[in-house]
Amino acid sequence: MGSTLAEKIMAKAAGRESVSAGEFVVADIDLALVHDIFAASVFDALKETGRATVFDPDKVVVVIDHLVPAPSAEAAAVHDRIRKHVSELDIGAFYDAGEGICHQLLPERGHIRPGMLVVGTDSHTTTHGALTAAATGIGTSEMVYVMATGRLWFRVPETIRYELHGSLALGVSWKDVILHLAGRFGSDGAQYRAMEFGGPALVEADMSSRLTVSNMALELGAKFALFPSDSVTADYLAERDIPAEPLDADPNASYEAVHQIDLTALAPQVALPHDVDNVIPVGEVGDLAIHQAFLGSCTNGRLEDLRAAAAVLKDRKIAPGVRMVVAPASRAVLTQALAEGVIATLVDAGASVLPSGCGPCFGGHSGLLAPGERCIGTHNRNFIGRMGSPQAEIYLASPETVAASAIAGRIADPREEVVHV
Amino acid sequence: MSDALGRVWKFDHDISTDLLSPGTYAVDPVEVRMLHTLESISPSFASEVRAGDIVIAGRNFGCGSSRETAAENLKALGIACVVAESLSRLFMRNAVAIGLPVLLCAGVHEAFNDGDEVAVDLTAGTIASADEAHHLQGEPLPTEMREILAAGGIISVLQSQTEG
Repeated sequence: MGSTLAEKIMAKAAGRESVSAGEFVVADIDLALVHDIFAASVFDALKETGRATVFDPDKVVVVIDHLVPAPSAEAAAVHDRIRKHVSELDIGAFYDAGEGICHQLLPERGHIRPGMLVVGTDSHTTTHGALTAAATGIGTSEMVYVMATGRLWFRVPETIRYELHGSLALGVSWKDVILHLAGRFGSDGAQYRAMEFGGPALVEADMSSRLTVSNMALELGAKFALFPSDSVTADYLAERDIPAEPLDADPNASYEAVHQIDLTALAPQVALPHDVDNVIPVGEVGDLAIHQAFLGSCTNGRLEDLRAAAAVLKDRKIAPGVRMVVAPASRAVLTQALAEGVIATLVDAGASVLPSGCGPCFGGHSGLLAPGERCIGTHNRNFIGRMGSPQAEIYLASPETVAASAIAGRIADPREEVVHV
Repeated sequence: MSDALGRVWKFDHDISTDLLSPGTYAVDPVEVRMLHTLESISPSFASEVRAGDIVIAGRNFGCGSSRETAAENLKALGIACVVAESLSRLFMRNAVAIGLPVLLCAGVHEAFNDGDEVAVDLTAGTIASADEAHHLQGEPLPTEMREILAAGGIISVLQSQTEG
């Protein structure tokens, strides 16, 4: 019997020839990520256990991205504690406020390689499955254990495979694909499972698109969201001087289910409040006025996302009464978007540019909503209270749909606007 | 592992970590944070919950973020156990990691209501109403997870490994 991608990576991390779904293993962690919401408490707790070091300072990445720039004195004090911990623990990879969102920085700065086992104190750590890393979120207590020992227990997950066929229509993006999968299979459609993507349509998915899909796979409950390591992966890694070897599941691997997905007829999708799986085609949304449009987050704050929105917004103005906020996913994204004129296009259209960070997406600060307000955003969650008031409504969509909606002042189909670079 | 006998607080499907631990209070201390637990959908929960009460929920309880504070808030408020049709992976791991007992049990959302007195046997994986009108068999946690719970959480495991 062959192995799925998840089984291959878990076997290597557990020092075994092979493992099978359902087994419990103790595995070595290749990379541990903590961000500013949890880093101070993780390192405080580590020191309380009597330890003065982490398991391997070269395998730890610390990112200040959620409370950026510090919106309160309390947040600033938390950041101050984190910087002291980073210095005392001699952690090599530290990205301070303004560098970017952790799930952008890890791949962008070359921390992720195919075959790694990655844990992070953030649910969307599944993002790195785009680069064939078995990457998943854990809580702070488990991260303390990892920081101390470099190991963690895992149950090897069953794998559900998604075979992607066909070709996306103009104005439709891979955000629409993962929204469609959330709607079709539900918010627990891959609970405790590894999602594995394959099929002929993968060649059309660039790394930015793959990162979007693996990011939001978590919203189906996925533990891992794995793409194979192929020529797209190799090209992305080559830009970072990282050699890549192909890595894919065995042809005779055992799957809990295999789903065939045809992309050809897919329309732009929108997740309605208050669940990520409450998804319908944009044409069925009806006439819904919006108050805010949000472009950003670890799901869709990359250069390709900003370009797609700018292509729609070029020489246009956002509607009166609509606020548009844009948060580029990293400083590198911002720099390149500035150089290409993408930021100028967005600002000329009426958007405000926020620092690279997570602020509005997790309801922390910058771009929150009042009772009765409606926001359409490119982020990943539309739960009650996610962006401020519990009486606000959040709709999730692609960068193209968010840009088209900002122009229209209501939720709009990007295929009716100018589309694509 | 001790049994739990307590009063039911019942919630629906897809109760998210944003409801259990709103992002606005993300870095507040637990004494503050726990007072906002589920306030968007059950404003009286945090003030009226009593030590030993039991949360019963539908599918996908604790979906969303990795924030352990979702489980920690419930534990700090005195919740003895969460019994749900299904739990998000992260919530389940976090609950075990901090020593909050959980039980997966089909039919539990239908069988029980707010205020019911129920008894939970974690080892056997059962939940029953005090009057025995309902008695459901759930899925006991795997041994590996029950050992962490029995130790009081993964930090306790770490400390015992260090001492050992």
